[in-house]
Amino acid sequence: MLISLNWISDFVDLSGVDTDKLLKQFSLSTAEVENDIFYKGRDISGIVVAEIKSVEEHPESKKLHLLKVDAGEAELVDVVCGAPNVKVGMKTAFAKLGAKIGDITIAPRSLAGYTSHGMCCSESELGISDDNSGIMCITEDVPLGTDLKEIYDIEDVIFEVDNKSLTNRPDLWGHYGIAREIATLLGRELKPLEVADVSKYNALPEIDLKIEDKLCHRYSCISFKNISRTVSPVNMRIRLFYCGMRAINYLADLTNYLMLETGQPMHAFDSRKIEKIRVKRFADSFGFATLDGNERKIDDQTLMICNGDTPVAIAGIMGGLDSEIVEDTTSLTLESATFDAASIRKSSSRLGLRTDASMRYEKSLDPELTVTAIARFIKLLSQYDAGVEVISRLTDEYAYKYDEIVLNFNKDYVNRYTGIEISNETIVNTLVALGFEVKCDGDEFSVKVPSWRGTKDVTLKADIIEEITRIYGYDNFDVNTTLAPLYPVRAFDEKSVEEQIKDILVKRYSLHELHSYIWAYAEEYKKLGIEIEENVKLLEATNPNIETIRRSIIPTQLCQLKINTSFAKEFGIFEVGRVVKGFKEDGLVNERKMLAVSLFSKESDMEKLYFDAVGMICTLADDIKHAKVTFEASEADHGYVHPKNYNSIICGDVEIGKIGIIHPTVAKKIDKKCSVVFFELDANLFAEIEATDIKYIETSKFPSIDVDLTFVVDKYKPIADAIAKVNSPLITKEKLVGTYTDESGKSITVRLTFSDSERTLTKDEVMAIVDKIIAELSSVGVALKA
Amino acid sequence: MNENILELKNLFDASIAKVLDASALDEIRVSYLGKNGSVTGLLKNMGALSPDERKTYGKDVNDLKNYISGAIDEKLIYLNEQALKKELEAMPEFDVSAPVDTDRGSYHPITLVQRQCENVFRTMGFTIEDYSEIVTDYECFEALNIPKFHPARDMQDTYYLENGQLLKSHTSAAQNAIYKKYKKALVEEGKPIRAIFPGRCFRNENTDACHENTFFQMEGVMVDKNISISNLIFFMKTMLSAVFEKDINVRLRPGFFPFVEPGFELDISCLICGGEGCPSCKHSGWLELCPCGMIHPNVLREGGIDPEEYTGFAFGLGLTRLAMMKYGVKDIRDLNGGSLANLAQFTEDK
Repeated sequence: MLISLNWISDFVDLSGVDTDKLLKQFSLSTAEVENDIFYKGRDISGIVVAEIKSVEEHPESKKLHLLKVDAGEAELVDVVCGAPNVKVGMKTAFAKLGAKIGDITIAPRSLAGYTSHGMCCSESELGISDDNSGIMCITEDVPLGTDLKEIYDIEDVIFEVDNKSLTNRPDLWGHYGIAREIATLLGRELKPLEVADVSKYNALPEIDLKIEDKLCHRYSCISFKNISRTVSPVNMRIRLFYCGMRAINYLADLTNYLMLETGQPMHAFDSRKIEKIRVKRFADSFGFATLDGNERKIDDQTLMICNGDTPVAIAGIMGGLDSEIVEDTTSLTLESATFDAASIRKSSSRLGLRTDASMRYEKSLDPELTVTAIARFIKLLSQYDAGVEVISRLTDEYAYKYDEIVLNFNKDYVNRYTGIEISNETIVNTLVALGFEVKCDGDEFSVKVPSWRGTKDVTLKADIIEEITRIYGYDNFDVNTTLAPLYPVRAFDEKSVEEQIKDILVKRYSLHELHSYIWAYAEEYKKLGIEIEENVKLLEATNPNIETIRRSIIPTQLCQLKINTSFAKEFGIFEVGRVVKGFKEDGLVNERKMLAVSLFSKESDMEKLYFDAVGMICTLADDIKHAKVTFEASEADHGYVHPKNYNSIICGDVEIGKIGIIHPTVAKKIDKKCSVVFFELDANLFAEIEATDIKYIETSKFPSIDVDLTFVVDKYKPIADAIAKVNSPLITKEKLVGTYTDESGKSITVRLTFSDSERTLTKDEVMAIVDKIIAELSSVGVALKA
Repeated sequence: MNENILELKNLFDASIAKVLDASALDEIRVSYLGKNGSVTGLLKNMGALSPDERKTYGKDVNDLKNYISGAIDEKLIYLNEQALKKELEAMPEFDVSAPVDTDRGSYHPITLVQRQCENVFRTMGFTIEDYSEIVTDYECFEALNIPKFHPARDMQDTYYLENGQLLKSHTSAAQNAIYKKYKKALVEEGKPIRAIFPGRCFRNENTDACHENTFFQMEGVMVDKNISISNLIFFMKTMLSAVFEKDINVRLRPGFFPFVEPGFELDISCLICGGEGCPSCKHSGWLELCPCGMIHPNVLREGGIDPEEYTGFAFGLGLTRLAMMKYGVKDIRDLNGGSLANLAQFTEDK
């Protein structure tokens, strides 16, 4: 919102105030002032009021005229002018030789053979409006030669307050509210808003008005006639223009001016079109032409202002085309109302129509303002157009009144909340300046919230703290640490395990951590031929690409591999991220934190890559939980998984994840010739596994004995089972030496290390254990290799 | 001296001079000093000599034996030295100026920034909490004093799921659960609540270089009996100085967020110019960094904490923004883009 300091100075004496300092203070105490501050009119000088004494056609140009201009000096000035509206006797803005407009200094200039000794200016050239249809027409009765700046407020300082920082402050959507803040910050008096006494119209007839819907909180209106003025006073137009509004006509300008001044949106109807004001919604939707010429679809949620049953305006948003003021309008009905804020916001967003009015109504305007605004309107209207006649009494239906808010608190509360000492006097002065009524009895305060702050903004004691402290200034605070005691900080497994996993995978296995999105990205999946599995969906997803929440991170990772195939011949990626596995019994989603790893290689054979992954899983379990991992064959349950070598990962009797190979049809789409192995662990389940303590075993001082045994067998499992069954405490290590395949089939060599901490073992006792193992294996049909 | 002895000595001198390696030297040792060696052989001639001659002869043979043994030891040392010298010379000089492949992994930049922040807060007594990404309307809005018709609750801003849950739009969604988790320790044991909760957030936005629908924040709260605005400013200044590893000035401006009262926008002195004014702070000397404020009484109450007795502050740091500031990432989409060419650059930070 653009704010004019001239306008502010109508209400606060700004003499001697350092503007930059004030605006900085405003930013720190009230709302954010944008960086760019506009110093209007400072680049304009030497423009005076002048009268056109004669007009001649330029002999060689259809556009140009040759003028003689009286600028209040001894001699008339010859001027060549291209404006279409030049007329003898017209007073205009004249830039004398040496005058400055922006970067231009006016000098004698030759135009098609004639020299111009100055320039008649349009309002647009002076930067005071966007009217460039012709030179400015001045009606003020002042001596010729009077500097324009003496009669018009061309010089002004305009600053912009960030609208977002005003969302909770309905009172700051007009200059008067801003002036109140500035008066408080400066410690100066806020002048009252001058208004007309509307009670004197009480004997006049009422307007037929009825609020038929609770979404309208208050509706005030008044009618008048005999408006003779069509163009607004120049100073009013300059203010509107500087504050970002176009001048339209006197009445429209005046409603806009009132809105910018008080924050209260107003609307003027042609009285003939609104004899019975009804505020209501309609059960059926219909088309409605708004005054911007567009046809809008009105639904059953949209509140309308009606003449009887005929809608004439969208409440709080925009008037209708049919009830607009037209040339033969003689009498007007002025609306000043408040509506339910949420309803206006929703209607405005449904209609795609956000107006200066709706923007203000969204903020919960003070309903007390409707009558004040009308009284102010009448005051200004009659000031500039003395013939205006009010023809109705002020008609006012006040359907919803906010409760009066009184907040009680004591000094101790303020001290505790702020952590500093603010004097009672400062508290009282601040609140009073902001319009609060304060009763102070010792250290007890009782504060009545003014109506303009009481619609939603200030409802609690804590809100009062904000009022006191922001004006006090946060920069003026003494800054102190707390006296709160310190306790050791407990690390939570679900967080610390995540960090340990990341460290091991990055530091030891050189994997790369990537992030991805929580939804299945349909377009990317399609490129790899991966079906999106049925899962929880976004409600009314606007983008069909991201409709379904992912069940697993792996498909996302496969998409990531595809865009990285040229990164290296062999690499691995991982992510600790969330997935959703359907709904739980209570109807909430089953969100899980997963660790997903995908290993990609154009070189390694699949088995090596697979065992790299197995090694990672076992290391994670061993390092973080001191736990062993086993694997159990599983049925492929995703389209992208190879039917073989799909294993459940089991740790501490719990299945914590799956390891597998990517199906060749998908792998080929990632890269023509590549191996991809993946595993995915449920990080929540993994974190829950109880880590066993480290048990220190003293190294034996006695020599150990290694025995290598080679069995003809396909899988290691029978060997592991046999060793487990024999369960000798003397076996201190078990290592797979290698696997061989020859004419007798696959054989596996295992090295067993025997030792005891108390003595040197004999060959016989070791062999006795070895024999037991061999016997165990032979009982399941596994023979020692000859 | 006996002729034979002299002859053998000359013979030895000639042959040892030719020796080039330790094994040849060993052969010489055996052939002269071994059981059947030439020197031993000389003694066999002793019988033909007179006792007087024998005495001299014996001494001369012994001298020769010592002479040979000494010469061999000396030669061995010489040969070993030569061999070592040769070995040292044989080592080629490696070209360390040539590029080599490193084999290292990488962390996501968010992980690095998050860890850095977590470390700062951990040292100041804050617990680090984990929280889900999908939350209820209650957690995300209602418990945070965000009224029913607040724009943040609109479909076009927040991703709702078919069951009414939603993808959390801010880490504040964890506040209520944190209060409930610790209120007993607060009330019964007098242990202040100090917690941070980093997490991923989602907003229904069209993405471009500056906008993402998926991003990371880190929320922090502290609740105790006398937590004040003055404390809030102290903590923010101290913690941010630690995070940015330089002395940071902070300033508060009023900011409106339903879950704090008073609420603030916190600016920090520009990291580039230190507050003098430069293009990156639009010549204001300040950068808007994070919203913060005193926890709204309704929010405390909803978390089971009596706002008449306890007060607290809360803040929300944009981890994604911090990572972008810290590493100079210009396009926010790079972070979730999955390109290793971009993201493999992030190794363990200092």
